[in-house]
Amino acid sequence: MADTLTVLSPGMLTTVQDMGRAGWQSSGFSPGGAMDLPALRAANLLAGNSKDMPALEMTMTGPGIKFNCDAWFALTGADFQAELNGAPAPTYALIRASEGDELRCAAARAGCRGYLAVAGGFALEAVLGSCSTNLKCGIGGFAGRQLRAGDELPLQCPQTPIANPQERRLPVPAHLDRDRPADKIILRAVLGPQDSRFTPNGLRDFFGGWYTVAPASDRMGIKLEGAKVTTHSGSDIISDGIAAGSVQVPASGQPIVMMADRQTTGGYAKIATVISADLPLLAQAKPGDHLRFVAIAMDEAQTIVRREARAMARLEYHYLTLR
Amino acid sequence: MAYPQFHAAGDAAILVEFGSEINPESNASVRALSESLRRKPIRAITECVPAFCSLLINYDPCRLRYQALTRQLRKRLQGLSTEAAGSARVFAIPVCYNGEDLEFVARHANLSKEEVIRRHSAPEYLIYMLGFLPGFAYLGGLDPAIHTPRLQNPRTKIPAGAVGIGGEQTGIYPLASPGGWQLIGQTPVRPYDPQRAEPILYAAGDYIKFEPVTAAEYAALERRQAAGEQIWEVGRHG
Repeated sequence: MADTLTVLSPGMLTTVQDMGRAGWQSSGFSPGGAMDLPALRAANLLAGNSKDMPALEMTMTGPGIKFNCDAWFALTGADFQAELNGAPAPTYALIRASEGDELRCAAARAGCRGYLAVAGGFALEAVLGSCSTNLKCGIGGFAGRQLRAGDELPLQCPQTPIANPQERRLPVPAHLDRDRPADKIILRAVLGPQDSRFTPNGLRDFFGGWYTVAPASDRMGIKLEGAKVTTHSGSDIISDGIAAGSVQVPASGQPIVMMADRQTTGGYAKIATVISADLPLLAQAKPGDHLRFVAIAMDEAQTIVRREARAMARLEYHYLTLR
Repeated sequence: MAYPQFHAAGDAAILVEFGSEINPESNASVRALSESLRRKPIRAITECVPAFCSLLINYDPCRLRYQALTRQLRKRLQGLSTEAAGSARVFAIPVCYNGEDLEFVARHANLSKEEVIRRHSAPEYLIYMLGFLPGFAYLGGLDPAIHTPRLQNPRTKIPAGAVGIGGEQTGIYPLASPGGWQLIGQTPVRPYDPQRAEPILYAAGDYIKFEPVTAAEYAALERRQAAGEQIWEVGRHG
């Protein structure tokens, strides 16, 4: 048989994602990429890949997948109660599939998005430097779209043997632990870029209240329902560039946190920006989850980013030396 | 308030603002900084997003912290000239003015359709920025006489290449998408073509000039384009 995976059932929204399409925002392309970057990286490292390779991102309900060849794979992010030929397939571990095996994912428990990385990676062509699926433009990933039943995903060959498979396990991150469902999420954010356009009450309500994740949330933005955030003189600004995690407040006063598939530019005031380290919490937030924001200073935020980057570098080194 | 101003946009981006209104001068400053960073990069900077009067600078905070980057940017901004190196390009874009809202735009402006076309195709429009969709150009300089409110009910699908007016703006839809602009014409030129060596036709700082063509000429241009010919012309501004 060919070195491929066949999609038996697509799940709610399963797309190929990598680190995103860098360098094209000035032309109007969303950066895209995995919503939960640490989970994507963990899946790749477990599967013996370099950390930035494309993997499948699944959403809310996962796909059914048939292996048409022997392959190693890893699941990370939300727990989709996956089973390989009826036996539990745990997350954050390396798993062996044989030709003909079927992986069945169900609904996500504790979390919203999961990643499936296959050892060696997918044999897909990068478009504008990335394999991320850009749904709006219909480019990248597999045929520029979400996966459908019957799709056959080509794998890179050969499937090289993996050293020390039994050592390839990682702890499940605390916010994805299914025994401790974290439906109360605390997000750290840095003020700005347009915090001066908000009233003292607006700022107090934003940082004081609990918000509920709205069903209309998607890869573009996590939409929130809760205390109305008020501005001095309207929420319209002259359109400017939007950073990952920026919290845009339109006229409704209901905040939207801008995520991977965000528009590159926008005309709504942004009260604060969620720190990089907390974006994975948002990527895993499901409609109905509750969250609130706390303000932290820039220096502290950047100390946290650096700490996380060092931890990822250590993990990467560890997996490189396992080879 | 004095410009430029620096605003934090999270732990990995900084927004540099050059003014509080849309005009060619602050837009030229945006371009000057973004060009300078392109020619002589600051290593921590990963990607810039130019807009009307601000530049969003994404950077790696593991390489440089906010304060240090701000210092470097301030130094860079001193002695930065907004005079563009060389003159900007003008893209002559053929348009068949047959849009279904041309009649409405003419009635709204109390002008003949011919006069709307004349006024729309007269200026060289400055591309202030690209955004919203790949290759979507925000143009400045639409004749106030033909400003037209957006549709009450946006269309669910507008074809790629549609030329429209939305309020004080005019532009080309680079790919099929929903939209609320008044459609006045259609161009066979694709501002965004993923198959082309340069997928995006133009950049901020360039100009667009619309050239009216007949339906027959439009069809001929489409055939030439299908045969692999370039059907737009590029000149120099000013």
